[in-house]
Amino acid sequence: MNPILLTPTDLIIASSLVVLDAVVSVWLGLRLHKQVLVAAVRCAVQLTLVGYILRFVFAIDTPLLTLGLILAMVAIAGREVAARPERKLARYGNQIAGLSAVALATFVTATFALATALRPHPWYAARYAIPLAGIMLGNALNAASLSLDALLSGVMRERAAIEAQLALGVRFREATKPLIRASVRRGILPIINVMSAAGIVTLPGIMTGQILAGLSPIEAVKYQILLMFLLAGATGIAAVGAAYFAMARLTDGRERLRVDQLR
Amino acid sequence: MRLRTQALKGAAGGPFDFALGAGDAMAITGSSGAGKSVLLRMIADLDPHEGTVALDGVERAAFTAPDWRRRVAYLAAEPGWWHDDTAAHFPDRARAVALMPDLALDAALLAQPVHRLSTGERMRLALIRTLLNDPPVLLLDEPTGALDPQATRLVEAILSARLRAGAALVIVTHDMDQAARLGARHYHLQAGTLTPQ
Repeated sequence: MNPILLTPTDLIIASSLVVLDAVVSVWLGLRLHKQVLVAAVRCAVQLTLVGYILRFVFAIDTPLLTLGLILAMVAIAGREVAARPERKLARYGNQIAGLSAVALATFVTATFALATALRPHPWYAARYAIPLAGIMLGNALNAASLSLDALLSGVMRERAAIEAQLALGVRFREATKPLIRASVRRGILPIINVMSAAGIVTLPGIMTGQILAGLSPIEAVKYQILLMFLLAGATGIAAVGAAYFAMARLTDGRERLRVDQLR
Repeated sequence: MRLRTQALKGAAGGPFDFALGAGDAMAITGSSGAGKSVLLRMIADLDPHEGTVALDGVERAAFTAPDWRRRVAYLAAEPGWWHDDTAAHFPDRARAVALMPDLALDAALLAQPVHRLSTGERMRLALIRTLLNDPPVLLLDEPTGALDPQATRLVEAILSARLRAGAALVIVTHDMDQAARLGARHYHLQAGTLTPQ
């Protein structure tokens, strides 16, 4: 079965639904019409650009360019993670924790998938490596930013409790364990929700896309399951990474709690 | 000397050089924000600083940080709690229960959740928590600030007993008579300098 190819006209017709949103906004005085239209235009322009970039990169398919593009995506994701929490660690701590967490999560899970389940030839083929890294990054970003935010806001709230334990001679990693646990938990919960609801409440996007593109539902489902598991791995690594990397910036050689490192 | 500080400098000011022998007590007064708590925290190695501190002649660097803090015990003015369950803060429950009557605390309090305890009950329980480590040096930040006169006397009796047993005590207080009752040397902290009174 061949995919039904879309024409620009199809998309223009579909855009009438966005215009409908804008009309609703004007009608109800939501003052959202400008934002809706700007967002829709951004969406179209960004995705078109990405489409052309990917076509270019897939066509050239050199490992160096693939790696470069993935690194750029990782850098942007790391910046997003760092920007999310209300509180910031000194000396670029948020950036370092965010970047390390998403980079670790993405490289570990993407390499794992390319080496086991997918095994394209060559294993670093851009057509597989880039989309895979992209979806891992998106979810790692989400998990890392939730975990980092929970940790940085929690550490101020729990400061007295942590320091009371330190003052009694409890080790720093013991005293901060409940906070690490709560942060990692916050980062991982969304993927658990998504996995539990998959197929019942929602048809996951990738599967829907593949079915629409003509793949058999069973094949699409297999891909989706693989991706879900990979995403579970990526979010776990990202949440744990962000919490531990950030906590490392909040202590020193004498196991103090250094809230002075938090702005 | 039980506790000796040398060229101790940090957010509380300094340099602070003082020594306390076994059984010695030192009371520190000063307006709020003068750095009394920070001074205690520096001695306990909870805040970054310069200078050295020694316990019984052994430099702090020779101890791991947790070992040091178990021996040179800091108790904050508003101590934190890390479980809802009060009893969970006392791994050695029997010893805690044994100390409670001395501070007019009913052992049944351990069954209460922490948020149900009064400020004064929490303060006394936190003191017990600290004393259970049998620290040779006690750094107490207004331990009787939230207590009525009767409970204050009980706390002072326990502290005096610890002093007689050879502990050294640094106490932040606003109560001049308390310093006298504990036989403590009185210092005033102002503009980063400790002045004997």
